[in-house]
Amino acid sequence: MTAREAGLVACRRCARVWPMGTERCGRCGSHLKSRDTGSLSRVWALWIVGVICYIPANLNPMLITQTLVSSSQSTIVGGAVELLHHGAVGVAIIILVASVLIPVGKFIAIAYLALSVRRGSNVSASRRHHMYEMVEFIGRWSMIDVFVVAILSSLVQLSVVASIHPGSAALTFALSVIFTMLSAQAFDTRLFWDTKDQRNETT
Amino acid sequence: MSVAIGDETARQSVPLDGADVPLDSLMACPQCDALYVARMPDVGERAVCARCHTVLIAPKRKAGVKIIALTLSVIILVVSALFFPFLTINASGFGNKASILDSASSFQSGPMVFLSVAVAAMIIVIPLVRTLLILYVLIPVVRDTKPYAYARRAFRLTQELKPWGMAEIFALGCAVALVKVADLATIGFGPAFWMFAVLVVIVLINDNYLCTWSVWKSLELDQQEA
Repeated sequence: MTAREAGLVACRRCARVWPMGTERCGRCGSHLKSRDTGSLSRVWALWIVGVICYIPANLNPMLITQTLVSSSQSTIVGGAVELLHHGAVGVAIIILVASVLIPVGKFIAIAYLALSVRRGSNVSASRRHHMYEMVEFIGRWSMIDVFVVAILSSLVQLSVVASIHPGSAALTFALSVIFTMLSAQAFDTRLFWDTKDQRNETT
Repeated sequence: MSVAIGDETARQSVPLDGADVPLDSLMACPQCDALYVARMPDVGERAVCARCHTVLIAPKRKAGVKIIALTLSVIILVVSALFFPFLTINASGFGNKASILDSASSFQSGPMVFLSVAVAAMIIVIPLVRTLLILYVLIPVVRDTKPYAYARRAFRLTQELKPWGMAEIFALGCAVALVKVADLATIGFGPAFWMFAVLVVIVLINDNYLCTWSVWKSLELDQQEA
C-alpha cells in the first residue's frame, strides 16, 4: 500500500507521513505534495537547456594548448582522439565515457522516463526506477572533464615552453551537466509506480 | 480501506491492518511512496523498501560519535589542503606549482568566472559547508541535548547539497590530468594532494555512516519535548 492510498502525503526529504492536504512537513519543513504533477514540465524545461548547452560544448574548443612551436585547440572528442594516438587508451576511454557516453545516455534516459510517465510503458516500474537511480548516480561524474581543464590550466603555465588555457566549451559543458542534474532531480519518481488509473486521477 | 481525502487534518493516526497506527510511527519510501510501519533495524542491518529497494533506515554503531570525529578531520584537512601546494610540474627547466585554489580560480576571462565560482563551490565550499552543518546538527543529538536553533533547516540543506559536493570527482580528475600531461612534463604531488586524497575517503565514509532517517527521528523527538 502507498501513502497516497492510505490518504496520507509523504515527505520526500525525511519520509514522515502526514494527513493528505498538509502543506509543509512538520518535521523537516519541506513542501509536501502527494504527486508532483508539475515535475514533468520542470524536467523537460531543464532537459532542453541541458541539451542546448551540450551543442556548443562539443563544437568549441575545451583546451587551448600553446607550446614553443605551435598552438592547438582541441574539442572534447578531439582531445580524446589525440590521447588515443598517444597510446593513453585508458584515459581516452574515461574522457569519452564521462563527456560523451554519459551525457548523451542521460539525455536519452531522462527523455524516455519522462515520456513513459506520460504515456505509460511496458517496462516495469522497478526497472525504470533502477534506470533513474543510475542516471542520478552517474550524472555527477560528467563534471570530471571540467575539473581536468581546471587542473591543467592552473598547473601547465610554463612561460614559453607550454601553457594551457580553458576554452569556452568548458563553460557550456559544465552548464549542460548542471542543468541535466537539475532536470533529473526535478523528477518525482513516485510517478513511475502509480498504475494507469491512479495516474489519470492525478493528471 | 477508505479514508476520505482531506478530512480532519489534525488526525494523528490511521487505521492500518485493522489497528490504529499513529502517524509518527509510519514512514513512506521517498522514492516510491510505499507505506511502512517504521521499525528500527538492528545495528548494522538495513531497512530496505520492498518495492524499489531504496535504503530507508541504516543505523550504525556509535555513528554519531564517529561522524563527528571524521567531520573534524575533514575540516582540518580542507583548510590545510588549501594552503599547501597541490601539484607541481617541471619541463625543460621551467617549473610551476598549483594549489587547489589556483585550480578553482583558473577560469578568469569574462563569463568563465562563473565556472571558477562553480568549481570552487563543488570541490571546496560545499563539502566543507556540509560537514560543518552535519557537525552542528549532530553534536546535540549525540549529547542528548536540545538541538541548536535551525538544526532542521541545516540538516535539510546538507541533504539538498549532497549531489553538488564533488570532491571525489575532482580527485579522479587529477589522475586524468596527470596522464594527459605526462609526456609534456614531469609532475609531482604536493602535500595538499595527499591531504585531499584522505579527505575524499573520509567524506565518502562519512556519508555511509549517516542514517538520515535516524537523525530526523531524533530531531523530531527533541522538538516534541521542547
